[in-house]
Amino acid sequence: MRTAVSTQRAAGLLIVLASLLVGAFVGTGGFTFAAAKGASYLSDDPAACVNCHIMRDHYDGWRQGSHHAHATCNDCHLPQENVLHKFYVKASNGYRHSKAFTLQNFAEPIRIVPSNSKVLEGNCLRCHAEMTDAITAHGTLGVAMTPAGSVDLHGCVRCHVDVGHGPRR
Amino acid sequence: MIEKPSPFKSRPALWAGIIAGGAALATALVMALYANISERKAEARQISFKVVDLDERSIEPALWAKNFPRQFDAFQRTAELTFTKYAGAGPNPKPISKLEEDPRLVTIFSGYAFAIDYNRRRGHAHMLTDQRVTGRVTKVKQTGSCLHCHASNVLAFREVGLKRGAPGSLDESLTSTHGQAQLLEGLEGISKMPYDEANKLVDHAVACLDCHDPKNMALRVTKPAFISGIAALASGDAPVPHLPSIEKWRMGDRSRPYDPNQEASRQEMRSMACGQCHVEYYCGPKATLFFPWNKGLKVEQIEAYYDQYKFSDGHRFFDWKHPKTGAEVLKAQHPEFETWSQSLHARSGVSCADCHMPYIREGAIKVSDHHVRSPLLNISRSCQTCHRFPEEQLKATVLGIQDRHHALMERAEEALVQLISAVEKARKSGLDEAALAEVFEFQRKAQWRVDFINAENSMGFHAPQEAARVLGESIDYSRQGHVALNNLHQLASRSPIPSSPSTSAPSGTSASLSRVPSR
Repeated sequence: MRTAVSTQRAAGLLIVLASLLVGAFVGTGGFTFAAAKGASYLSDDPAACVNCHIMRDHYDGWRQGSHHAHATCNDCHLPQENVLHKFYVKASNGYRHSKAFTLQNFAEPIRIVPSNSKVLEGNCLRCHAEMTDAITAHGTLGVAMTPAGSVDLHGCVRCHVDVGHGPRR
Repeated sequence: MIEKPSPFKSRPALWAGIIAGGAALATALVMALYANISERKAEARQISFKVVDLDERSIEPALWAKNFPRQFDAFQRTAELTFTKYAGAGPNPKPISKLEEDPRLVTIFSGYAFAIDYNRRRGHAHMLTDQRVTGRVTKVKQTGSCLHCHASNVLAFREVGLKRGAPGSLDESLTSTHGQAQLLEGLEGISKMPYDEANKLVDHAVACLDCHDPKNMALRVTKPAFISGIAALASGDAPVPHLPSIEKWRMGDRSRPYDPNQEASRQEMRSMACGQCHVEYYCGPKATLFFPWNKGLKVEQIEAYYDQYKFSDGHRFFDWKHPKTGAEVLKAQHPEFETWSQSLHARSGVSCADCHMPYIREGAIKVSDHHVRSPLLNISRSCQTCHRFPEEQLKATVLGIQDRHHALMERAEEALVQLISAVEKARKSGLDEAALAEVFEFQRKAQWRVDFINAENSMGFHAPQEAARVLGESIDYSRQGHVALNNLHQLASRSPIPSSPSTSAPSGTSASLSRVPSR
């Protein structure tokens, strides 16, 4: 009987400890989220994209690009047809970016990945489809620039390279 | 007790333990993440820490290193023996000799210091030590002019300038009126000193102070001949669309000379800082060191300036008299800035530093790579920032340009060597200098052009089309020289009354080339 009581007391203590630790996790997690401006990533504000400094050149370039007045980062880089798809792409990019920036293990210069290239191309056409109908009738993307298909920029921005991020130099 | 109890109720202690352990681990990870985020944020907030005060006397790079360790680490790496197919001095401590690699140069530079000792270049860190041991200064008398570019000499120039009576003190900024006066007066003084004497005034290869303002780290130019040369270029009328601040200055009232430290944009300074030394200049004993840019930066514009330049004795400008022929010829230095100026890259606003000192990222900090070297050793940062093609493809493109250029350059050198031998033979057969005056002009032109390209460090890449044009002209002038010489031979071998139509000096037709005397 004595052992049962002491087991019960130990369990009680452990539950209190667990509660405290869960509380600490929620607290530090919330604090870190706030410190890292986590909520800003849910917005469409281009400033959120320069939170982590890698995108500084792209952001500065965009401010001088012709699309500055008409399109923000998300207008071109996230799908706009429905909210679910938009946040799925946002989350998958966010995961990849934060992992890369935390571990510092990515290759430079950074390149758009094929799936994001498709999203980008879709957004060019979202606004410019009517005018480009005849050009795009047979597709615009699709020619891989490396044998592995890892780089694929044969879309509108292959030539219209400075409309988004401004002149290269 | 047949019914199964919920796992938590049956073993609450175990589960509470698991949750506690998991939460503790997760908290630790969150704190690690927070530490990482804070570190990145701190890096972005302050990219340098002022540990020591720097001023115009701070010549020692190790002092600057305390404030700028990242730049200094890379800067020191210029001592490494890097090389590519055509550039760099090879993997061994003893640099590859250009004279052994290409014996034609011995004939071309015959009678000049470059025929004694001429090696492929090593990194910036070697510039002073390599110069101190080259046969060009140990076996030939040189002046202190060499140090204009082979040492960190801002301080030495200013101190010599002050001793010669220039106004102000070292406490004033280099870019102040007094600072500039000290610099120019120092150039006069050091250019007149013997090399060994001037050498005692300097201790370092190029240093931080040569390109940066110690107060705010801004880029600046400090080499006096560049400051005078670029001002002369601006006051001329040669188009320089790749240097917009000059075009802008020309539209102004021109009340003061063009001053790169005041007028040039930061992007222009990222080329001009290099153009202080990677240029053509005269550094011989017959005049104070100068850049020949008054008529423009192209090979024929520089030539035109030299052709009308008179030394103090009234003689037309020349570097040396070629002993095999007797022609007064020119020696090109290393006109990288001039060649780049003719390129599409320059016209597109790409600076030297964009390719040779590309930005690198360390954490959240972006710095320009002070390990100055061939972009071929750093394609991802140098080329791929703009050219989104695979590294192998870019490398093959560059090597393709260089291989074709190299083949054309060899032809141009061969043509010149053949001309020199033919003239040498003609001298022995009795033709005198006066009779050969026209042929000498062709040798001077051909030699100037092929040397301009050979001395240039990029094996044609800095401006491929321009380089090919210059080499084409060089070959043409060598062959025109042959034709002119051939006509002289015909004149000499015929009766005193030359009347044949073939003597009316054709300009390098294939028919006349077939009569070129073989070596």
